Parts: sequence; structure tokens; C-alpha cells
Amino acid sequence: MMDQGLNITNHGRQIAGRMALLAGCAAALGWIGLPDVAFAQEAAAPAPTAYRDLPYIGSRNLVWVVAQLHLLLAGFVLGVPIFAWLCEVVGWKSGDKRYDKLAKEFTKLLTSSYATTALFGGILLFLLIGFYPKLMAYLTDIFFPSFLVYCGLFLVETATLYLYWYGWDAMSEGNGKKFHIFLGFLLNVFAFFIMIVPNSWATFQASPVVIAEGTDFERAWAATWNPTWWPVNIHRIIANVVLGGYICGAYAGIRYLSAKSAEERYHYDWMGYVGNFIGVFGLLPLPFAGYWLMREIYQYNQQMGITLMGGFLSWLFILQAMLIGVLFLGSNYYFWMGITHRIPGSEGQYRKPIMAMLIILLLCLAVWMTPHSLVASLEEAQKMGGTHHPLLGVFGVMSAKMTVSNLMVLVTFMSFIMYWRAGKEDTAGWAKVAKSVMGAVLVLAGLAVIVLGVWGYFVPAIIRINYFSTSQVGIVIFVMLTITPLTALLLKSAKTTTEMVWGKMPPRAGYSLVLNAVMVILLMTLMGYARSSSRVHWHVYGVMRDSSQYAFSPALGYAAALMALNTFLFCMLVAFIFWVATMGDKAKAAASAKGSPEPGRIPAMAGGSQALDGPVAERSEQQGQV
Amino acid sequence: MGGVLIRPIILTVCIYLFLKFIVPVLPHSAPLPSSLIFLYLMLVMSGSVLFATLSGESKDAFFQPILRFLTGESGGALSSARYLVLALFPLLVGWQTYGSTASSDAPPGENRTIHPAPPGEYTGLSNPVPKTPENIMYGKGLYASRCAPCHGNFDGKGFAAAGFTPPPANFKDPTTIAMLQESYLFWRIKKGGVGLPVEGMPWKTAMPRWELEMSDEDIWKVIMGEYDGAGQKPRTWDESE
Repeated sequence: MMDQGLNITNHGRQIAGRMALLAGCAAALGWIGLPDVAFAQEAAAPAPTAYRDLPYIGSRNLVWVVAQLHLLLAGFVLGVPIFAWLCEVVGWKSGDKRYDKLAKEFTKLLTSSYATTALFGGILLFLLIGFYPKLMAYLTDIFFPSFLVYCGLFLVETATLYLYWYGWDAMSEGNGKKFHIFLGFLLNVFAFFIMIVPNSWATFQASPVVIAEGTDFERAWAATWNPTWWPVNIHRIIANVVLGGYICGAYAGIRYLSAKSAEERYHYDWMGYVGNFIGVFGLLPLPFAGYWLMREIYQYNQQMGITLMGGFLSWLFILQAMLIGVLFLGSNYYFWMGITHRIPGSEGQYRKPIMAMLIILLLCLAVWMTPHSLVASLEEAQKMGGTHHPLLGVFGVMSAKMTVSNLMVLVTFMSFIMYWRAGKEDTAGWAKVAKSVMGAVLVLAGLAVIVLGVWGYFVPAIIRINYFSTSQVGIVIFVMLTITPLTALLLKSAKTTTEMVWGKMPPRAGYSLVLNAVMVILLMTLMGYARSSSRVHWHVYGVMRDSSQYAFSPALGYAAALMALNTFLFCMLVAFIFWVATMGDKAKAAASAKGSPEPGRIPAMAGGSQALDGPVAERSEQQGQV
Repeated sequence: MGGVLIRPIILTVCIYLFLKFIVPVLPHSAPLPSSLIFLYLMLVMSGSVLFATLSGESKDAFFQPILRFLTGESGGALSSARYLVLALFPLLVGWQTYGSTASSDAPPGENRTIHPAPPGEYTGLSNPVPKTPENIMYGKGLYASRCAPCHGNFDGKGFAAAGFTPPPANFKDPTTIAMLQESYLFWRIKKGGVGLPVEGMPWKTAMPRWELEMSDEDIWKVIMGEYDGAGQKPRTWDESE
């Protein structure tokens, strides 16, 4: 029995041992297999990556810098062909070869800038795909048809640019020239579409139109035709002309400052004038385009409108006023210096009108720069009864800003008219009547703009926006359309009393051209930040929320530092492009100069040529007229 | 020659005196904050330099006296003044540096966003209450009992207004409610000061959260009464409204 009992016990132990072994094996297998199961689960449903980051620098900062540089370069390469083409047309029609040379010189800069722009566009695309894969997948899903259109446009634009540039000399006469001008026209048409297609992507993020049904093309079309697309298109095309004009002015300014011969000074002084003129030409309608854009944003979404115009971004518009003010002052200063230095003997004649225009500009600027909520200490705020000044607080709203911006446009236009008329004497019998009409139109227009501005405080906002502001713009346009042809008619029969002398501007004229360009670049970086930040914590406003660690608006001081960095980097890039593009010319010029040394070849850079800044008579003696 | 330099100096001083002492005593005016005076004076000085440097002659006339003074060519009493400037300039820089870095018990400058953006759910709302004389009168009645103690006769001068810094809004001022849509006022009245977003910091407002005491319909009626009483119209995008 005992043996039986032992057997049973042993058998039981054997079974228990085998069970334990099985359990152990199962546990071991389970232990070994557990991670596999877990990994298998992960492999079955991998979490999509929404964001990636870059240590130390931060993904947002890098995208900010690259996107801004790409946009600035794009603005330049889309703005320059417009006036290069216009210069070519003027040169072709008038037979003045200077314009053709100018157009060619800028088209040469265009070829290298175009490649750099495309390079930055490529870098931006890679960064966006890498840092914001979820957002890019969403945008690709909506806009894929327009991506294809964009690629096609790039191909035809590149081919046209090559033909336009490399065919310049081959197509310089007869029908060849006509075809070349047609190519320039095509270049601008393609460039315009290259600008508006990506504008639709950016404006969609701010004012999205999403339709759930329809074909890919229908969805893309609906998203493209969003409320802020056309206002941005118009604003950007004008701003690109301004940027192109002022950068060319700055290029001419630097070349003028470093010019060593009278010929060079003559050429770059004239080029600086053309660049400044084109910049001003674009600057005049720009405030109106900006106003329309802001109106559309506000109407699209009250939250976005208030964030920009009354909320934390409203301080950007005070900075904007300062920058635009410097730009207006700088452009007018250049015109006034042109009158003083290029037209000998005119200084005394125009000093009083210049002073009057300067005072009006400064008064307008003072109003434009006055914020609605003032920066005040607690004590100052208590004395004012809040941060609104009871008397000057009225300057802080749009009615006042629109009025002064219109007046500044009028004054700048009159600066140009004055420059145009300087050194000429009217001979037409009806000149007196025409001048009285022009004077009356100008005074009445100025008064009408002011009256509408004041009246704007006493009518509903919609009346002010829809009728008064547009009437103010209409009045200014009317003045331009009346005075320009009248002046042109008067000058047709006018007698030239003093010939315009090119190449006699003092060094500060060159510096003012550079300053204007820097102001425009700063303005574009500032408004780029404003447009992007107005979406606050949304990638696509109201549709796709920003859930990254950067879903906050950077402080204004931080943003200002990045804007300054972007401006600096862009200036360096442009300087590099210009240096590379003109390297060959310099080598040629140096080789030819070796054969004919010219005494007194001193660049005017940093005021090196004091002779340029002496009294006019003195200078004429020293250098002789060109 | 010296007149080219003296005139802008006199002009700048005159404008400073005008802004500092004349503007505050004008009717319905108040002292200007130093930030604004500084801004205007910078414009005056920039304009003076621009005008003076238009021609070579005027530029020399403007800068030569400064150069002569700084290089000691002027002679006489001006030489002593030059040493005085030499001594005072570093002291001025030091004083400015001390003033901007030393700790102080004075509160920092105001940089408040008075009109922060409203939350998404309040944008695009339109007043659902019919604009009838009865509703406007009813709204004015509610205004008289709840808002007038601070906002007064729509002019921000209620009997309790003196107790607040900043004072209650003046609705008759064309730069206040006339610039805003009705939905904005609805949000501000309903949620009051405590409903302001972070963007509106520092929350310097004593506006009560009226949703605790008034229905939405009553708030809309108050808004109609406010606009009517102040003689203003709300911002709209439709001319028929």
C-alpha cells in the first residue's frame, strides 16, 4: 500500500513537475513573446507624426526665416520683370538706348535671383513636409490639382526667362525686338500666375473655404477662391513692384557711391532715379490695396479683424506707420535732392514749396503714428482718464489714418510733378489757366479728403468704409489723372531753362536709396508676421488647430528680432547675387580702365567724394557737366 | 549761417513747450504722455535734419557750427561750454542708464489691449431682438438701472465713475462702440471683466459678468438702448442694418 501510495505520490509529482515545466515554458514564451505582441500592436496602428522639431533653433523659427526669405526673393523676381519689361518698351518706343540697357542689366540680375528663389522654395517645401507632415498632407489633399498647375507654370516661366535673357542681343532689331517684347509680356503673365497660385494656399489657411463633396478639381477651386485671395493677390503684386523698384534703386545707389568715373556716376544716378520713381509709382496705390485687404479680413472674421486692428497685433500697425513714414520721407527727400542737385540754380526757387510739403508730410505722419491706446505710466493714464487721450485719441482710428495716408500720397505725387516741371518754362498761352486749374484741383482735393475724414467720425462705420474711404481714394486718383496729362501737355511746348545734370547727387542720395530698400524689406517682414499671426493658434483658421508646442503667438519684441534677422539675411543674399552677377562686368571694366587711366577716380562711398557735396557752381568748375 | 542750426533748435523747444504746457489746457484735453511727446519731437528733429541737408550749403550751415564747437575751433566762451558738454554727456548717459535699469516702485507703463479679440463663438452673432421703439426703450430702462451708475448718460460719467481707473467707456465717443459690432458688445456685457482672454491682460476693468443677472435677450436690448442713447450705430457689413 505504501509502495502504491509512493507510486501515486511520485506519479503526482511527475505530473506536477511536467505541469510546472509547461507553465514555466509558457511563462518564458509569454515573456519572450510579449514585446513582439506589443510591437505587433504598434505596427498595426502606428501613431501618425504630426510635428517634428529642430533642437535649439526650433522648427517654427527655421520655417519662419526660410519662408520669409523665399517670399522676399519671390517678390523681387516677380517685381523686377514688370519694370524691366516696361523699361524695354519705353526704350523701344522712344529709341532711348539707356532704357534698353537698364532693362537688360536688371534681367541679368533676374536670372541668378530666379535660381536662388527656386532653391529657397525647395528648401521651404522640404522643411514643411518634414516639420508639419499632417498639415502638409491635408493641404496636399485639397490643393493637389493646383500643385500640378504650379509645376507647369514654373516650366513655362523658366523657358520664357531663358529665351528672354539669352535672346536679348539676337532679337534687338525689327520684328525680333517685337517678339522679344512679347516674350517679356509672357514672362510677366506666367509670373503673375506663379504668384497667385501659392497665394491661394496661404490665404486658404487664413480664410478657408472647404467643401466636403465634389471632384478634386472642384474642391481645389473652391479652396482657391477664398475671401482673401484676390485682396492678397492685388496687394502683393503692387508690393512686388515697390520692392523691385526700391531694390534696384539701392543697387544703383551702391554702384553710384562706388562709381569712379563720371560716366558711371551719370548712369547710376539716372538708374537710381528710375528705381525710386518705380518704387514711388507702386507705393502710391499700396495703402489703398492694404486697406481693402484689411476690410476683407475683418468682414470674413471679426475675431481675426480685431486681433489685427484692435488686439495685440495692432501695435504692428504703429510700427508699419513708422516704416511707411520713413519710406515716404525718403522717397520725397530723394526727389527734392534731385531738384536741388540735378537742376542748378533751382534750390532757392523750390525751397519754400519743399518746406511746405515736408511740414504736411510730418503732420500726416504724426497723426498716422499716434496710437489709439497710448503707452503711458499709471500717473499719466490717470491724468488722461485712461490710455485714450481725450483730444488726440481721435487720431488713433481708421478715419484719421486713411485721411493722412491719402494726403501723403497727394504730397508725394506733387513732389514728382514739381521734379518733372523743374528747370522748364511754360510757353503755351493757356499755361496760366492750366496752372490755376491744377492748383484749384489740388487744394479742393486736399480739403475734400480732410472733410470726408472728419465726417467719417459721425456716420456709421459701413458708410465710412464703403463710401467715404473709397471717395477719398477716388479723389486722389482724380487728381493724378487730371494733373498728369495737363502737366505733360504743358511740358510738350515748354522751354528748357536749365538742363538736368546727372551724376552730381551727393553721397547721402545713394544712402537714402539704400535706406528706402531696407524700409521696404522690413515692412514686408513685418506684415508677413502680421498676416501669419492673425491665424493665432490655427494652421487652417477654424479648421485645423495648431497642436504643436509652438501654438502661441511670439511676443512682439521676439518677432521684431526675427524680422530684423530676416531683413539682414535678405540684404546679404541680394548683395551676394548682385556681386556674382556683376563680377564679369567689373573684370571687363578693370581691363579697359588699365588702358586709359583717369585722374581723380575716387568713389563717393561714405562721403569720400566731398566734391559732390559742395556748392553747385563750385562743383561745375571742378568736374564739368556731363 | 548759424541761423540754419538755431532755427530748428528754437522750433523743437517751442513744440516741446506747446505739447507739454499748451495742449493740456486746451478744452476737453489732458496732459500728453511722454512717449507721445518723444515721438512728435523725433519727427520735428528728423524733419529739420532732412530740410537742412537738401543742399550742400544748407548742410554745411547746419553741421559746421556743431563741428566747430566739438573740435574747439569756436574759441572764447564756447570752448568752456565744450568742456562742460564733455563732462555732462557721460553723466547724462549714466543717468539714462541708471533710470532704465535701477529697480523702482513705479508701476510699468500701460500697454493694455483694450479691445482683445472675442472668442470664436461670439463672432458673427447678430442681434435677434427686433429693433422696435419698445425694445429700445426697454433696453434703455435696463441701462439706466444697471449701466448708468458707471457709464452715466452714455458719456462714461456716472456717479460711480470717479472710483475707477481707467474710467468707464464713453459711448458717445465715436472711437468706442461705433467701431464695434453688436456681437462684440454682447460678449463684453455677458462675460464682463472676468471673461477677458489672456490677450487683454492686465484685466483692468470692473465690468460685472451680467449673464448672472440678465438674460441674453435683455443684454441684446441693452445694446440697442446703448447705441440709440449714445447716438451711434454699430459696425455692420450690410448697409440696410
